[in-house]
Amino acid sequence: MVPAFNESESVAAVVREIFSELPGVAVLVVDDGSRDSTAVVARKVGARVAVLPFNLGVGGAMRVGFRYALDNGYEHVVQIDADGQHDPKSIPLLLAELQNADVVLGARFAGEGAYRVRGPRQWAMKALAVVLSKTCRTKLTDTTSGNRASGPRAITLFAEHYPAEYLGDTVESLVISARAGLTIRQIAVVMRARQGGVPSHNPVKSGTYLARAVLALVFALVRPRSSYAVVAQ
Amino acid sequence: MSLRTYVFGIAAALFVLIVVVELLRRRQLRERHAVWWLFAGALALIAGVFPETLTWAASLVGIGLPVNLVFFVSIAILFLVCLQHSAELTRLESQTRALAERVAIMGLELRELQSLSPGEEDAS
Repeated sequence: MVPAFNESESVAAVVREIFSELPGVAVLVVDDGSRDSTAVVARKVGARVAVLPFNLGVGGAMRVGFRYALDNGYEHVVQIDADGQHDPKSIPLLLAELQNADVVLGARFAGEGAYRVRGPRQWAMKALAVVLSKTCRTKLTDTTSGNRASGPRAITLFAEHYPAEYLGDTVESLVISARAGLTIRQIAVVMRARQGGVPSHNPVKSGTYLARAVLALVFALVRPRSSYAVVAQ
Repeated sequence: MSLRTYVFGIAAALFVLIVVVELLRRRQLRERHAVWWLFAGALALIAGVFPETLTWAASLVGIGLPVNLVFFVSIAILFLVCLQHSAELTRLESQTRALAERVAIMGLELRELQSLSPGEEDAS
């Protein structure tokens, strides 16, 4: 699954790469209300494209993907960003680890690759990693990674309850998975430079990142369990 | 208090109540949204017709100047209404969101169905 928002420059390359890496898989591009030709481009290279009528944020796009996977009987969902940051070579690794877990994160700081962040953003990510490692009862270093794989139980949970808020989608989804009793693992992946498009995190935003991250985490932790515990028994 | 202010207070309260009831009657306002406004209008009417009740209520909660109680209650009601609207907005937003997600999936399914049906060569 490839959530995409105004990524017409890179989405085709990403989809092509996925197909060449794993022929025969279903690639679903969720066009999150793009104003450019993302949907057309993606369709041209053979991806299935779900077009949202307006921008919902990554969380909304993800929920469409999980819902589609659930309705059509797919058992594994792997997220790959449309900007080319995620290497499709990571997909088999993530899927392999899915044998032992319900959710597998592709972590950017776990040794491989040259992904670096600094300042408040780094502190926020460190803090999130510590708290979420506790919540998920496994060592996590990169909790905001969008490169992840979900198994059948996670798909059922996420199709209904994938959080829509900014940061909520990555952080809170881990909390609800842990609370629903899913197992979470992390593997190291290589992160590449973006192939096109503008980075979604600019210096101005990264200052507020810390506050929002903490807020997202706190609310995820204090949310009543009853709001999602019904699924994935 | 002069007769003029007395009449003005009652008229203002009645005006609020009439507007709310009229909106309700024309179904331009739903009951659960109207409750607070009806409540506020009724309070204003009571305080308008019987100013002693206001003085009595103020002394009951230890407020020296009765008019301060009016301000307090007004702000409290406005605050609650505001909060209710925020909650309602959140609910509507999540419903819109769910609809958008549903539409995206239906659009995809429709396209897949069209590409399956043999009769339509042009719908590729």
